[in-house]
Amino acid sequence: MSDADGADSNDDGSSGAFGAAIERGEDVPLLTGDGQYTDDISLPGTTHLAIRRSDHAHARLESVDTSAAEAMDGVVAVFTGEDVVESGVPNTIPTAWDLPGLVQPQYRMLATDKVRHEGTAVAAVVAETPHAAHDALERISVEYEPLEHVTDPVEAVERDVPPVHDEAEDNVAFDFELGDSDATDEAFADADRVTSVDLRQPRIIPNAMEPRAALADWEETTEKLRLWMTSQNPHLHRMLLSAGTLGLPENRIQVIAPEVGGGFGSKIYHYPDEAVTAWCSMQLGRPVKWQATRSESYLTDCHGRDHVTTGEIALDDDGTIRGVRVETHAGLGAQLSQFGTATPSYLYATILSGQYAIPAIHCRVVGAFTNTTPVDAYRGAGRAEGIYVIERLVDVGARELEMDPAELRRRNLIQPDEFPFETAAALVYDSGEYERAMDVALEHVDYDELRERQDELREEGRYLGIGVANFVESAGLSPSGLAGDLGAQAGGWESSIVRFDSTGSVTILAGTADQGQGHRTTYAQIAAEELGLSVDDIDVVEGDTDRIPQGMGTYGSRSASVGGGSIARGAREVREKARRIAAHQLETPVDDLEFEDGEFHVTGAPDRSLHIQTIAHEAYLGHDLPEGMDPGLEETNFYDPENFTYPFGTHVAVVEVEPETGEIEIERYVAVDDCGEIINPMIVEGQVHGGIAQGIGAALYEGAAYDDEGHLETRRMDEYAVPHSTQLPEFETDSTVTPSPHNPIGVKGVGESATIAATPTMVSAVVDALEPFDVDHLDMPITPESVWRATEGDR
Amino acid sequence: MSEHDISVTVNGEQHELSVEPRTLLVTALRDELGYTGANVGCETGRCGACTVRVNGEAIKSCTRLAVQADGSEIETVEGLGENGDLSALQERFQEHHGLQCGYCTPGMLVTAETFLRENDDPSREEIREAIEGNLCRCTGYQNIVDAIEATADQLGEHR
Repeated sequence: MSDADGADSNDDGSSGAFGAAIERGEDVPLLTGDGQYTDDISLPGTTHLAIRRSDHAHARLESVDTSAAEAMDGVVAVFTGEDVVESGVPNTIPTAWDLPGLVQPQYRMLATDKVRHEGTAVAAVVAETPHAAHDALERISVEYEPLEHVTDPVEAVERDVPPVHDEAEDNVAFDFELGDSDATDEAFADADRVTSVDLRQPRIIPNAMEPRAALADWEETTEKLRLWMTSQNPHLHRMLLSAGTLGLPENRIQVIAPEVGGGFGSKIYHYPDEAVTAWCSMQLGRPVKWQATRSESYLTDCHGRDHVTTGEIALDDDGTIRGVRVETHAGLGAQLSQFGTATPSYLYATILSGQYAIPAIHCRVVGAFTNTTPVDAYRGAGRAEGIYVIERLVDVGARELEMDPAELRRRNLIQPDEFPFETAAALVYDSGEYERAMDVALEHVDYDELRERQDELREEGRYLGIGVANFVESAGLSPSGLAGDLGAQAGGWESSIVRFDSTGSVTILAGTADQGQGHRTTYAQIAAEELGLSVDDIDVVEGDTDRIPQGMGTYGSRSASVGGGSIARGAREVREKARRIAAHQLETPVDDLEFEDGEFHVTGAPDRSLHIQTIAHEAYLGHDLPEGMDPGLEETNFYDPENFTYPFGTHVAVVEVEPETGEIEIERYVAVDDCGEIINPMIVEGQVHGGIAQGIGAALYEGAAYDDEGHLETRRMDEYAVPHSTQLPEFETDSTVTPSPHNPIGVKGVGESATIAATPTMVSAVVDALEPFDVDHLDMPITPESVWRATEGDR
Repeated sequence: MSEHDISVTVNGEQHELSVEPRTLLVTALRDELGYTGANVGCETGRCGACTVRVNGEAIKSCTRLAVQADGSEIETVEGLGENGDLSALQERFQEHHGLQCGYCTPGMLVTAETFLRENDDPSREEIREAIEGNLCRCTGYQNIVDAIEATADQLGEHR
């Protein structure tokens, strides 16, 4: 077997590891308290960094007086933005995605001229203890000249306000269009009906349980920086830190991501704070640690969403969707974050076809600077916002046609024989059996009977709501060339090394980085399957740029498909080298060897065999290898997929809403996900559970808000509603399996799916319950108060 | 700032230490004594990642000063297992995939273990109420509830 890319190339050496619900080996240190997160790591002589942040939303920085702070006991140094400029480092926090006409203002580690959002880093204190550092913050005297601020993306563009950046007078960072405008206008003119919805998708604060942290150690003798940090992508952090920010070549920076306590997007980004930590260590020649407080996380971790949208749908009376038109103002915050431009443009507009064959789509997105925390990808990123729009549009379309919303969906589904399917929003979907997953989901709730029960209950004055949402997700952004054409400043590939050692055990060095997804187990299962070994024979190493040469990291549901795909390809190359050694030593042609349970044996002569672990030993002895073959048994693989993968599915929620109190009771939540081949069903289900929780959170509980002064109102965990255990229902999960045809192991990815699906599902359910009150839409979070207000007058 | 000498027993081992009056118990445990299992997630008593047991009661150690714990018996996640083996609860967490990133896990385990001492035959609703003060952003809680329920069932079989 030499085809490293075949989707079903499992050869004959199946170990049964792939597809098994294997318990996670990585759990043990996390269960005993031995797991080492960044703040658990200490170096001798470590100093502690605290960052003085702006309490103004928008102001000119007049002066920063650090003298009183510097005089305090235990304070090692206090630095301002001017100090960073004077040090001569490049001092740029670069964006990693360009768009046509994009305005890219300066983004420095510490502010020098203006503060543009509450929480902007203004000065840095390094002290012998965390207490001393935080005490000294209060003694820094900062003078501001306050400016008028704006926090809403529509107001930022339409109201006459001082610009966040002088380079963008109208606060427009980009004005993005996708799709065929003329064809869409034509479809709307021809259609029997047109209906629309105005909606807002509020800011979400990711709330990884571990706040961001960094520990930097600049070694003066070797001029090398070691940086432990809460990173989803250590190699990407190395790249962005090196040229743009610190002016060091990559080989003088080691980024280590130890245990990382959740990310959900927030730990992808290159923020000023970790860069300042590194820079301080370089100034002082001492280790410097920064641990964000939760309030700092709320003020500085990139927020998600912040869209204001008008969506329109054109339909024929028979339920055919003729076209979709969308106009969105996307808040980008005060600075362009790493993928902050890609998320509301390409990742959003391209998914607006959802699961449906829609002939004409047009989308315009105005990306607006506002005096708020920068916005970037949060679990589901762009795809979540886009699917929310199309699913809300289908629901309002069904109301317009007085058609069952599930039926309207069904009539427009892309059919299995239409794949690969090119949408009017510029994507080519790889594979899908949308109706099958939808049927499974509807059967779970006994949909038709449920609708009858809904009618009966309404007679009794009880309001049952049934929400159905279909989703598709573009996962694993690739190939690199396409990403580059669209503006990416990084590749879409992933890299890994599959390495046998001379004792026959295997180490996988993977360029992705886990924050709880279970890569160590999943990757071992992939390699075990390819190599005919037990998962116990395989060790997986991630999160260290000196040990793992290259990688892109973990985001966009890419690890299983792109990272796992790379490991499978590497393992297959290793297996083929082992096969050539086996053929040589068994004195038989390569094609005469069969591979089973880790053993190569001669066809028809099972006793003439060599185990792959024995071959590994031989490969490192190097005494008896085929002519011209180099010793060793390892492969470095770079995998650049030919396309995205497209996970999909249908979620259904059943709720009962009490209009008198506004209370929403979630009766059932059913999720049917198709993530292609399933490597570990237990881990996949865990991803679905967590994704649903975050999707329901956005729909019913969460949402960040700014007050009239531009201050973040939701700045503590008791002010921002991360769902707790009694606010979530029992989840019922199921799956269908439609392999991705172009991925080496047929997987599609599952990290973001359920978050994308759950939000429109929950909103659809509540709005469905309120149909008797003529409620067509409610914005998130749908609280008891918003239900109560929406039904006021009709109760 | 003046320091106070305190004495605490952590997982059966006695420690003498000097702390500032403002030092939180979680900070003393982590930074002074090296028990880094308990994590700091919110500093406002909301998330429960710092939960430890003080004199048998599960408390959020970011809401208590170290000096208040003077003379106390403290149990942390590091003390849950026996002789290097995982406890029944820890094993069930692994078996039911009751953790992902693991950051909330030490606090979740201490809360659940304490709860099971008080209620060894809980309903799922009671379990959900018991862990209401411990936030988890990864799991959606269901597998945590499964793990705690399975532990109770296992303990019930031995009754």
